[in-house]
Formats: sequence, structure tokens, C-alpha cells
Amino acid sequence: MIKITESAFDPWHELSVFQREMRRDGEFGACANFVGTMRDNNEGDQVGGMTLEHYPGMTEKHLEKIVLEAKQTWNLLETLVIHRVGDLLPNDPIVLVAVWSAHRKDSFEACRFIMEVLKSKAPFWKKETLGEKNRWVEKNTSGY
Amino acid sequence: MTIKVLYFASLKELLGRSEELVNHEGLNTVEDVWKLVSAGHDVSQQVLYSINQEYASADSLIKAGDEVAFFPPVTGG
Repeated sequence: MIKITESAFDPWHELSVFQREMRRDGEFGACANFVGTMRDNNEGDQVGGMTLEHYPGMTEKHLEKIVLEAKQTWNLLETLVIHRVGDLLPNDPIVLVAVWSAHRKDSFEACRFIMEVLKSKAPFWKKETLGEKNRWVEKNTSGY
Repeated sequence: MTIKVLYFASLKELLGRSEELVNHEGLNTVEDVWKLVSAGHDVSQQVLYSINQEYASADSLIKAGDEVAFFPPVTGG
């Protein structure tokens, strides 16, 4: 499942609800997940808030493509990707990627893959609020 | 015939608009479109292109009815 949401979400609640409702009890032996959270500082500056813009349509299309590629590469049972857009405050979760599989290798590797490709390909842009000023984040740091 | 052109993030602010219809006569590639719409603006940053919501390169060909977008490097996650 892929969700883009303008409202704040609780990744741990989403995980537990999804895992219950996916009806895979007894099949999965592994769940790997990644939660990205907004920090209150960046490049030495205090950051008071953030606006996340995206390209509706292309975002969903690319997330689906990334998840499909992961499913073709590893043996996965279920995947869950939630990404926040709109106005965020420090400590707000930004992204959740969760992957279920029979064995840990598939979950670990696919979760990492989905997250890294999302970072480099999915059309989202962050704009930070620094006091009275705003600043676009120019690029993502490498995860490897 | 026209193409729909979209701008996102810092490029949207730089150009002062989020979308417009552009007559594509005389324009063959995405780069041709970018040169036309960014004329008169000082663009120092890297620009990415997409056609119909798929990443494209500067020499990708455009046709009537396409949705072309210009945006800076992505920073989600």
C-alpha cells in the first residue's frame, strides 16, 4: 500500500494496523521498517518547520514503480509506504517504509532499496523555515 | 497545438508560475521548451525534466498534448 498524506501520522500505529489487516499471520517471519523524522536543525541552523511539496500523480506512479521493482527483486509478502506532504513541525514523521517477508534478508534489503530510491527519484521537495526566512533543501545526502 | 508545462519547488518560485500551456510549434525537445520558458531568468541550479510524469533527458522529444515538468533535484524522505 502506498499513501501520501497531508495530515500527521503515527508510523507505529499505521504499522500495527496494517500488519493486523494484511492477514498474513503465520506467513511472515520478518518485518523491516524505516521511519524518517523531521529534525529541528540542518546545516548548523535551527529549523522551526518545513513544507513538503510534491508532484501529484508522478509521486504515486514512481513509488509504485519502486515497490514493484523491489517485489521483482526480493521475495516479499507485503509493503507499506507512507509519505507526508504539506506543513510539518520538528519531530513529525515524514516517511514510513515497511516490508514483510518470510526471511530477514528480503525485508532488510528491500526496505533499504525502497528508501534509497525514494530519496533519489520520488518527486518531493523540502522547504525549511528558519525564523523569518525560508530555504529550499538543495539535495539529499547519500544513504550509503 | 499545445503542451502543458508544470514547475515545482524553487523553479516555480523563480519563474513565478506553477503551470501554463505552451504552443509547441517549432519546439522539438524538452530542452527547447526549457529555453523558451526560462528565457530572461538566471537559472544557476540543476534542472530535472519529465514528460508525462516520467523522467526525461534534455534531448527527449515532445509532442502535442504532453505534460512536461521542470523541477530541481528531489529531496523527499
